[in-house]
Amino acid sequence: MRFFRYFHRFSSPREFFRIAGSMIPWLAAATIVLLMIGLYLGLFVAPPDYQQGESYRIMFIHVPSAWMSLFVYMVMAGAAAIGLIWRIKLAHVMAMSSAPIGASFTFLALVTGSLWGKPMWGAWWVWDARLTSELILLFLYLGVMALYAAFEERRTAQRAAGILAIVGVVNVPIIHYSVMWWNTLHQGPTVSKFDAPSIHPSMLAPLLIMSVAFTVFYATVLLMRARWDVLDQEQRSNWVDEYLEQS
Amino acid sequence: MTVSEFFDMGGYAFYVWTSYGIAFAILLINVVVPIVRRQRLLRELRRMKSRKTP
Amino acid sequence: MEGVPNNAVTAFTTIFRRDIKLALRHRSELINPLAFFVIVVSLFPLGLSTDSRTLLQIAPAVLWISALLATMLSLESIFRSDYEDGSLEQLVLSEHPLSVIVLGKVAAHWCTTGLLLTLISPALAISLAFPPQKLGILVWTLLLGTPTLSLIGSIGVALTVGLRRGGILLALLILPLYIPILIFGASAVDMSIDDLDVAGQLYLLAALLVLSLTLTPFATSAALRVTLE
Repeated sequence: MRFFRYFHRFSSPREFFRIAGSMIPWLAAATIVLLMIGLYLGLFVAPPDYQQGESYRIMFIHVPSAWMSLFVYMVMAGAAAIGLIWRIKLAHVMAMSSAPIGASFTFLALVTGSLWGKPMWGAWWVWDARLTSELILLFLYLGVMALYAAFEERRTAQRAAGILAIVGVVNVPIIHYSVMWWNTLHQGPTVSKFDAPSIHPSMLAPLLIMSVAFTVFYATVLLMRARWDVLDQEQRSNWVDEYLEQS
Repeated sequence: MTVSEFFDMGGYAFYVWTSYGIAFAILLINVVVPIVRRQRLLRELRRMKSRKTP
Repeated sequence: MEGVPNNAVTAFTTIFRRDIKLALRHRSELINPLAFFVIVVSLFPLGLSTDSRTLLQIAPAVLWISALLATMLSLESIFRSDYEDGSLEQLVLSEHPLSVIVLGKVAAHWCTTGLLLTLISPALAISLAFPPQKLGILVWTLLLGTPTLSLIGSIGVALTVGLRRGGILLALLILPLYIPILIFGASAVDMSIDDLDVAGQLYLLAALLVLSLTLTPFATSAALRVTLE
């Protein structure tokens, strides 16, 4: 029970504002350190790939951002569900703050995927199964963000976009497998799969470190966004006035 | 591995460095947006407050 | 009205009959999705070529995408008129389960659009040099697919019913969710032309239909409660 009481205290807007504020510098520092290590290992230590030479190094950005695009969507849908079921305002704020971040990771995955595909296949865009389902994931994100922006009243906007996020998360696996099935139908499995080269430990390490770095980065930026959403939402309460006098 | 060799990335310099460049840009945007939002919000709240208290 | 068992089934049939009656009263509105379907399909030969081989090659995609767009554009009619005259709020507040009422409304919408689109699709297929003996699969896939389109579409309509210009937004919300149905529907028709076995796609379309039959009414009623609050 103690754990829940701690967590409940955390969810009052004022507490969240203060605690998030204190956590952000640490998270930011961790992100920078992890990024430095990941980039160093990825760009300097990892050997060139016997097949793709140096161009495979794009993988250290593409694969983590693709993982993040899916991970952030799951977090968004989970937070929206918590918000809708237990009516916790903070959960809605977290969900809606995650949407743009997830969309930016998805966009990054698409751009780096196309940049990586060009030297390998000679085309900027290939209707490869993974790139296509990544593109559809971007549409899902845009849908959630557009719906959130369409309502004037913030509470309705959060809950409507939250429902769409949950409907979306149910559809993500369906879309993923139908696109996979569609892809084998048209391109056939023989086309060289969009596989990362055989994962040699020296290549796996930077990949994992970059993924952790991206996750910590997501946490940092999410707290930053959520903090100011909460302050904006609680404008009328007195702790906001106190904060304004202090700073 | 001379510096120029490193930047050349085995002939794929354009692709690799554009990807890393865009990645850095996107991460930066994600950081800058909340900061800009913070300034605008605080300025607006202060203006509303100053109007309320005579 | 006592003696009438006021359980879910009567709620469903009452709403269904009411909406069908309402739709028949504005018969001209029934034609709109059909006219849209015919016009969009006939744009392709005009835009592309009249050579029957190319037409046949694009026919499955053209028929399916046009049917999908026609359904999507007619989705507004599920809740829009009830929202405007306030009866939607009464329905939400009624003691009958809202998901059953929503199912009734979506079934009525399917009968007035999806079903009609499916019925006229053979004629349009013929215009795209479709071999007459292969029309069966086309009709089958549309029969299985269009209800799913209406069911999933009802979520989007429920989410955007309160907004003034929900049209384009509705498309952005719904089209990504239509993709699996389009993939299996269009490929089934395409492969049936070459006499390949399409049982797999038909089963998957049926599975998607059953899945959306069981899940979407809850999402739609939750969306209605949120937007009508």
